[in-house]
Amino acid sequence: MIREQLPALQIVLPLVAAPLCVILRRRIPVLGLAIAVAWTTFAIAVALLRQVLADGPIAYALGGWAPPWGIEYRIDPLAAFVLMFVSLIGAVTLTYAPRSLAREIPSDRLHLFIAAFLLCLTGLLGIVISGDLFNVFVFLEISALSSYVLIAMGRDRRALTAAFQYLVLGTIGATFILIGIGLLYAMTGTLNMADMAARLPEVMSTRTVVAALGFFSIGLFIKMALFPLHIWLPNAYSYAPSMVTAFLAGTATKVAVYVMLRFTFTVTNIKMSFGASDLGTVLIGLSLAGIFVASTVAIFQRDVKRLLAYSSVAQIGYMVLGISFASVTGLTATIVHLFNHALIKGGLFLAMGCFAFVAGGTRLERLHGIGKTMPWTTFAWVLGGLSLIGVPATAGFVSKMYLIRAALEAGVWPVAAMILLSSLLALVYVWRVVEVAYFMPAPEGAERREAPLSMLIPTWLLIGASIVFGIWTSASAGIAARAAEALLGIAP
Amino acid sequence: MTTVLGLFNYWVVIVLMMTGFYIVISRNNLIKKVIGLNIFQTSVFLLYISIGKLEGGTAPIIEPGFDRYSNPLPSVLILTAIVVGVATTSVALALIVRIREAYGTVEEDEILEIDGAE
Repeated sequence: MIREQLPALQIVLPLVAAPLCVILRRRIPVLGLAIAVAWTTFAIAVALLRQVLADGPIAYALGGWAPPWGIEYRIDPLAAFVLMFVSLIGAVTLTYAPRSLAREIPSDRLHLFIAAFLLCLTGLLGIVISGDLFNVFVFLEISALSSYVLIAMGRDRRALTAAFQYLVLGTIGATFILIGIGLLYAMTGTLNMADMAARLPEVMSTRTVVAALGFFSIGLFIKMALFPLHIWLPNAYSYAPSMVTAFLAGTATKVAVYVMLRFTFTVTNIKMSFGASDLGTVLIGLSLAGIFVASTVAIFQRDVKRLLAYSSVAQIGYMVLGISFASVTGLTATIVHLFNHALIKGGLFLAMGCFAFVAGGTRLERLHGIGKTMPWTTFAWVLGGLSLIGVPATAGFVSKMYLIRAALEAGVWPVAAMILLSSLLALVYVWRVVEVAYFMPAPEGAERREAPLSMLIPTWLLIGASIVFGIWTSASAGIAARAAEALLGIAP
Repeated sequence: MTTVLGLFNYWVVIVLMMTGFYIVISRNNLIKKVIGLNIFQTSVFLLYISIGKLEGGTAPIIEPGFDRYSNPLPSVLILTAIVVGVATTSVALALIVRIREAYGTVEEDEILEIDGAE
């Protein structure tokens, strides 16, 4: 019985827990409930993933209304994979939160903050699971509105202006997506993705559909912070509370990339979508420009949190690059990098939160000699950094390898060379932190003080996973390859 | 003539959309930015409702004598989008209140100046 209702529970559980947190108010019950719900959500996602891999895609008619009239939840290997890691990052960051938030959030607002966090998780999971375009828009706004609130809770007053800037750009992006959906609905008369995919080819060449694709894509580019539409991201990530940055960096932009995959390959047919406007070429250009510009800017940052934020913009470039090849290998690279980067950046930002917790800030000057005073956290950061560069036996290497292979398959070796070259830029910005942490003397009288275990264990969980999935690649890359084949309609 | 008058709704949508967008980009005052954002969103609401309307169509209730019905779905969708718009506006205004408390101003250039001076 329960097994059939899992797709609905995946969304309903965090959604119902959010108002419960507001009612409970007290610190211990709120945190206990939220952490329990988050891990249950993760367990459901894992169960769904196993079910999908064993028995094929699940279609769930919400409320018993048959699609295309009712809203359909549709879980294929890609959706199940993304659900799994989004709920994982949510659960890990919430487990990390109690100690970290005690310093960053006024204690009388904690229950509201946790409620907003659960709503954000609901929205992100909803975007992934839904098979209905308008429903995707609604979930997109649920996650976006709650993330504005989460970012604004940062201690620095610049968090407020960052949240406002994100709100303005995010709303413009969402409204563009809404226009795109509206125009597509006008031409096809349906909002169900599968149904629309069947009806779209007839009207594909009309100007309305081309305009719809344009609006939808630009809206998504803003949401995923693709260069040059990334300006909201560095401030938002820099000033948000530590656990929020880790959570959003691991999930929010990834889910936007997921929507792009879904929209380009499931809803609109790939050949038409890319052939009509040479979008593929444009995307290669934009993503390479993004990788190089953002990595270079990252090198010159004085604040490590900001450095990582710019690095995130660069990483989105790698993901979009994989999409623009539109081959099985390219898509595998994108999908596996969604997962790997969520682990890596989530782990790095959590380690950053440990630094901020102990050293009181994340500017480079504060981290002098931190390798001696906080050896475990620093070592986690270094491993995460190596993975970001793409050193063999780390998760980052797996993504880069698939990406380079895809570039060579497509016959564009200069792109492959540029991917390698860009890794050097990553090496430079990671090295800057390593240098400060290990080779600068610690300030006088600094004692050895580690972050509390409740923060250190979640950090190591993500960093450790990024190493495990660098070696045990058949799990992550195997599922990613299956998801890519399913997207391109090639039978496994 | 038909392209001007027949598509009157859509011209209004475009004018409103660009007006709102321009206000968001060009104004310094954060409240005015929110107003621009609202106009921008409203134009999309009008777009949806125009799509659903059929000339001479009535509300979709089966009744003898009527055989042309307007599509109710876009209006229903827009009810949801209006709620989203109201929520966005309230979050934005709440943020502006906090920004005013923290900076003492709601002018973007002054806020940037204060941040730059730090």
